Amino acid sequence: MVEKQYTITDEAGIHARPASALVGSISKFESDITLSFNGKQVNLKSILGVMSLGIASGSTVTIAANGTDEQQAMAKIDEVLKAEGISNQ
Amino acid sequence: MTSTFSGIAASTGIAIAKAFRLENPQLTVKQQQVNNPSDEIVRFDAAVAQASAELEVIKEKTAQQISDKEAEIFGAHLLVLSDPELIGPIKERITSDSINAEFALQETSDMFITMFEAMDNEYMKERAADIKDVRKRLLSHLLGVKIQDPSMINEEVIVIAEDLTPSDTVQLNAQFVKGFITDIGGRTSHSAILARTLEIPAVVGAKNAMATVRNGQTVIIDGLHGTIIIDPDQATIREYEQEKTAYDAQKAEWAKLKDEPTLSADGQHVELAANIGTPKDLAGVLEHGAEGIGLYRTEFLYMGRDTFPTEDEQFDAYSKVLKGMQGKPTVVRTLDIGGDKELTYLDLPKELNPFLGLRAIRLCLEMPELFRTQLRALLRASVYGNLKIMFPMIATVEEFRQGKAMLEEEKAKLLDAGIPVSDSIEVGIMVEIPSTAVMADVFAKEVDFFSIGTNDLIQYTMAADRMNERVSYLYQPFNPAILRLVKMVIDAAHQEGKWAGMCGEMAGDEIAIPILLGLGLDEFSMSASSVLKARAQISRLSKQEMASHTSQILALSTSQEVEAYVKGIS
Repeated sequence: MVEKQYTITDEAGIHARPASALVGSISKFESDITLSFNGKQVNLKSILGVMSLGIASGSTVTIAANGTDEQQAMAKIDEVLKAEGISNQ
Repeated sequence: MTSTFSGIAASTGIAIAKAFRLENPQLTVKQQQVNNPSDEIVRFDAAVAQASAELEVIKEKTAQQISDKEAEIFGAHLLVLSDPELIGPIKERITSDSINAEFALQETSDMFITMFEAMDNEYMKERAADIKDVRKRLLSHLLGVKIQDPSMINEEVIVIAEDLTPSDTVQLNAQFVKGFITDIGGRTSHSAILARTLEIPAVVGAKNAMATVRNGQTVIIDGLHGTIIIDPDQATIREYEQEKTAYDAQKAEWAKLKDEPTLSADGQHVELAANIGTPKDLAGVLEHGAEGIGLYRTEFLYMGRDTFPTEDEQFDAYSKVLKGMQGKPTVVRTLDIGGDKELTYLDLPKELNPFLGLRAIRLCLEMPELFRTQLRALLRASVYGNLKIMFPMIATVEEFRQGKAMLEEEKAKLLDAGIPVSDSIEVGIMVEIPSTAVMADVFAKEVDFFSIGTNDLIQYTMAADRMNERVSYLYQPFNPAILRLVKMVIDAAHQEGKWAGMCGEMAGDEIAIPILLGLGLDEFSMSASSVLKARAQISRLSKQEMASHTSQILALSTSQEVEAYVKGIS
């Protein structure tokens, strides 16, 4: 399993447009991917799950991937978070 | 009989046309047992496939006819249709309880809708509408009920609906749909935003429109005031036709001015800039044709969170704004916190007179690390545009020198480390304390520009707390005392070949503009939505003529006399 922490820098938090880009880009991976925030864990492949957390700017979230293509999945997540301006780390 | 009612003004403009009711189809869901759950899942998958195909078409059409940005909402709908946390539990319920797909869909989606509606954030609440939209589409396929298709409207109408889903709204043909009224919704609902993009008038949250209006009745919709008139008499129709003509003419005039420089009737240029709080406000600045940003209030970066923003976070925000402005002047005000603006994570002792206390530059000089972090972020971002840095609440020359010295030190350190910094950053001050206005001639030798912050300048000059309603009569922008201070600041700047701007409420005020133009103000910074109106006003004023009235205006005794005088000459 690989795991990484991100601080959300988009001033609007994770809202519909970047959340769609993120969820849409990882649906093809076979690994289980989760996002944890504030003691809650959701499936990162679920747009409703991610949006339901109402993640605001400045929050820290943990993303974990577990499966055969976990490394590739994390690399993709890194790339999308940066490209969409969701997080700059 | 004529009836009038009101709702929330969601998109400006006036329209007069026949009513077209967009009925919500009855999608009644009953719980039923099914004999073969696997057949039910096949039926459900087929409905999902049909709904997806439909959404792909709508998304494509929206991208072509409106914008990629509007089309993204349907990308999100497609993701909802394939969401494992929605689709998975629906199928599980069909199998485990042997129930029909409609009921499983209804119950499972209700859970998410309730969750989003309960969130204390307007934006998230609106997302419940997206889920309802997707559910309605799926149910219509499952139940075999055809949804009324708004794209078939082929005569001029005003659409009346209980609510417009995002997919309804994008299918409205702006050629025929002159406006719309909905019973529910708010200014931030998707349909309201889209109405503003399409520039058609809209009133939302009207509550009783569907219960009152019949198909074919004449309806007037006034999107400026949120007024709806059903079956108006001839006199009312004529009155609104005139208003519509005036509104359309004004809009056409403003649209023409959008990409024009601001010129007075005698051909003198002044700069009209906008005030912003976050990079999100950039769209409005560009949309309203502002020539620059005259005040970027950076404190919003520090508010609504638990820790100080890091240098990188600040760099991101500043460089985004500078890039977005494409070389146009951008005045960034350094942190203005304290007074009425508190940070929960900065535990400052309570003060008896916070407006006269440790705030803005005073606080920054007291907490140099906080200040230097912001300065470094600004310096690093400076290479992306035309940055001007402004210190707030300067009362003495020493404060300015200290702030500027810290800026120079951080700049030298960055350059030593090989990090590029622009070499043409202007450094100025906000003039909002009377001592600084009085000493403007001395300041002008050291600063690159002045920007007059009228809200505080008035409060400090009149010694009247602007939050205290009992002394609100002393908030007098046109008091000759204020105008004389403004003149001192502008004259002092020009004496040293510097520029003077204004970034308070007053800069966009109809009465103030003729006076300020006459006094020689170089830059007017206001809310973005006031820019085009101000540009149109200035184009009708002669700067030279306004200047000829200055000495008479400054010799008047009261604020009322000044207002009356200006109304008489402009």
